[in-house]
Amino acid sequence: MNPVAEQSGTSQVAGILAEFRDSEDLVAAAAGVRAAGYSQWEAYSPFPVHGLVAAMGRRKTRLPWLVLLAGLAGGGGAVALQWWTNAVNYPYLISGKPYFSLPANIPIIFEFIILLSAIAAFGGCLALSKLPQWYHPLAASPRFRRASTDGFFITIDASDPCFDDAITTQLLQSLGTVTTEFFYRIDSKRGLPKYAIPTIAILSALALLPPVWIAKARYKQSSLPRIHLVRDMDLQSKYLPQQTSSFFVDGRGMRPPVPGTIAVGTPVENTHLRLGTVHGLPASSFPLDVTAELVERGRQRYNVYCATCHGLAGDGDGITSQLAFDREEPKWIRPLSFHLELVRDQPAGLLYQTISDGIRKMPAYGSQIPIQDRWAIVLYVRALQRSRNASIEDVPTDLREYLR
Amino acid sequence: MPAITHEDNMTQDPTRRAPLVLGEPDLASVTETVCRIAERPGATPAWYVAFVVSVALTLILFGSIGYLIIHGIGVLGNNSPVFWGFPIINFVFWIGIGHAGTLISAILFLFRQKWRTSINRFAEAMTIFAVACAGIFPAVHVGRIWVIYWLAPYPNQMALWPNFRSPLLWDVVAVSTYATVSLLFWYLGMIPDLATLRDRATTKPRSILYGLFALGWRGSASQWHRFETAYLLLAALATPLVLSVHSVVSFDFAVAQLPGWHTTIFPPYFVAGAIFSGCAMVVTLAVPARAIFGLKSLITMRHLDNMNKLILGTSMLVAYAYMVEWFMAWYGGNPKEIFAFVNRALGPYAWGYWLMVLCNVVVPQLFWFKKWRTTPWLMLIVAILVNVGMWMERFVIIVASLSRDFLPSSWGMFKPTSIDILMMIGSFGLFFTLFLLFCRFLPVVAMAEVKAVLPTRDPR
Ligand code: HEC
Repeated sequence: MNPVAEQSGTSQVAGILAEFRDSEDLVAAAAGVRAAGYSQWEAYSPFPVHGLVAAMGRRKTRLPWLVLLAGLAGGGGAVALQWWTNAVNYPYLISGKPYFSLPANIPIIFEFIILLSAIAAFGGCLALSKLPQWYHPLAASPRFRRASTDGFFITIDASDPCFDDAITTQLLQSLGTVTTEFFYRIDSKRGLPKYAIPTIAILSALALLPPVWIAKARYKQSSLPRIHLVRDMDLQSKYLPQQTSSFFVDGRGMRPPVPGTIAVGTPVENTHLRLGTVHGLPASSFPLDVTAELVERGRQRYNVYCATCHGLAGDGDGITSQLAFDREEPKWIRPLSFHLELVRDQPAGLLYQTISDGIRKMPAYGSQIPIQDRWAIVLYVRALQRSRNASIEDVPTDLREYLR
Repeated sequence: MPAITHEDNMTQDPTRRAPLVLGEPDLASVTETVCRIAERPGATPAWYVAFVVSVALTLILFGSIGYLIIHGIGVLGNNSPVFWGFPIINFVFWIGIGHAGTLISAILFLFRQKWRTSINRFAEAMTIFAVACAGIFPAVHVGRIWVIYWLAPYPNQMALWPNFRSPLLWDVVAVSTYATVSLLFWYLGMIPDLATLRDRATTKPRSILYGLFALGWRGSASQWHRFETAYLLLAALATPLVLSVHSVVSFDFAVAQLPGWHTTIFPPYFVAGAIFSGCAMVVTLAVPARAIFGLKSLITMRHLDNMNKLILGTSMLVAYAYMVEWFMAWYGGNPKEIFAFVNRALGPYAWGYWLMVLCNVVVPQLFWFKKWRTTPWLMLIVAILVNVGMWMERFVIIVASLSRDFLPSSWGMFKPTSIDILMMIGSFGLFFTLFLLFCRFLPVVAMAEVKAVLPTRDPR
């Protein structure tokens, strides 16, 4: 290779570079080059020179249209995104407001418009200017480096149909150039080290591995526990099954159940007493001996547990109920009166179940009242019911005269 | 042409345009002045000292963040009823700082305020670094930072989407848009200057690195044409954006029903405060930077004077907002709202309120005097106090309001922990580290823009 070729890659002329003294000369010269009919040429300056593009006869950039399109896409995309995610795919109910309402979506729409427009302005400016561009024939010219400081230049490419070494040089001289010089085509690979392309290829292939691995994990089943990088609440200061504890004498972290505990679903002995059923139906008899003491115990327990809602006489007018009506609480359900036929006709087992398990709006009291007491209450409820529906025959004969 | 003096530069004569740069700068000397800073083989001792201190503080920031992540959010002072403590104060403070950068680079550009050219580059840099500091705080205070990507709308196994009607999500979108747009704007403006540094590079690493980031810029007429169009469009986009960002930040508060937060004045009030604090930060940075890096002929006293006038103006806007808040509380007649304001001024955080009023309303009034506006060390005092005051403003809004809401039984005082304080100080470290690196390696002044407004750009 000869020295020139070595310096510039090949010795083929790529074009001619002419320097001008200042921006005014540059604009005037640009008009001249244009008038001479050249098409493959360019002007360079260290700062934007107004009027230069017009003098060169270049048309205005389409960038604003690109940005407009991007902005519209951003706005439309934001509407679609919010509609799909918050109204269709996963409707978010927020204080009873409509799922889809434009006013609430405005901030996001606005930001998306700006974001996409800005990216388009930036990306479009580079792409339309064919940047990034790491190599350029002019990069080899030390003179041209001043284009970014204080040099004003015009280049005319050798590929231009009107280009001719001598004539073009003459034209530029007549337009007031300070100096002219040729610049040479370069081998586009020059500068890129040999290992660069394979390295980039291998790195890109490696970069694909994690996404492929994630995609595989997403669709393949595995019997291993999933990989948990950050263990969040997995690690807690508590005992897990089968762990030891130095706190308890037996050294076990797991505690045996309290004596007498039975498992859910274990068959119950004495269903009459415990569940209030005989052969699966609510029992009509009492499993305990009906005594005056039991009625008295029932009265006492009833006044503790039931009277606040049901009233001392079982009319459904307890103080809680009265207060709720005074306040016109919309959700309050009046407790049923025990003197309705509906309740009066119920077998004792059913009343027992109502106390144990609750019914509709009434909560369960099984967890608070022991079995014996529940039956005592049932008995007292029966007594209350009888008190409103008794005939004189129900009163012992020796007491009848008190009622006269 | 005679050399331009300080007096020419400071002229208030409305019949002629004041020249924007001092001395007899020509195209080459502008390049020389600015590039020399980035090309010097070693930095000044002052730079090294500042850098070591800032890096140490940055390490403290990241150290406390690591500690926070390992131990959980309990290491911060945030607790019932003040669930938003230092992290959100710092977030709002930093994001506000950024706003002045965009004001100078975008809004003043649209108004053709040519004086902005020599300070816009580093004001924009300030924006980006401030937004970086700001973004850290809400990110780490969410607690489980490793699932922060849940904020993004992406199809997932949980079949969940973010709630796009929440101001907190608007905030995420607004701040990340702001960060992106500011970065693009800053970088686009810097490409021609990076090309200058590339063309002047004397060593291989410099020419490769600057060459990489200059993207092959040659300064051709069509490149400049697209560049100017893109720059104008970005300015036009950044202007409504910057107004929206702090408005959206203020929605985080205004949409809540807390007395002292639930008010319609918040968006404009926050924007004014943001620009106010940002201008103060510009002065805080510009005064030492122009002295250390020998930029006095490019960043002239007129620039500082203008910035100080902006500070004075925005200070009065902020003062007006403070007064309107009181008026609304009284005129609205809501006892809770009235209480919230009386509590600010007379309650347990009254010291914070009055410190805020002193720094934001009283101290900036000194800028009515020309001497204060044009003496570097005096303006530095005011600017730093304004920064303190604006930090206190966010403290008062957040802590004083949250600590005493509707229910006296759930009132409580806020106490920052040492991690809170270390993180706050550390964020200044990060900010200054980035800024010092920027001053050292990048073109601190937009050379191409300054050249375009140079009276001597055409020698004849
Ligand atoms: C918290 C208030 C409250 C308490 C306490 C309460 N009940 Fe009730 N009870 C109700 C309400 C309300 C209803 C009506 C439920 C409905 O219609 O949804 C009701 C209904 C009943 C019924 C009618 C069930 C049926 O078949 O319609 C009986 C019987 C009854 N309660 C018994 C008792 C007994 C016995 C006690 C004391 C252990 C008691 N209640 C305690 C509120 C209460």
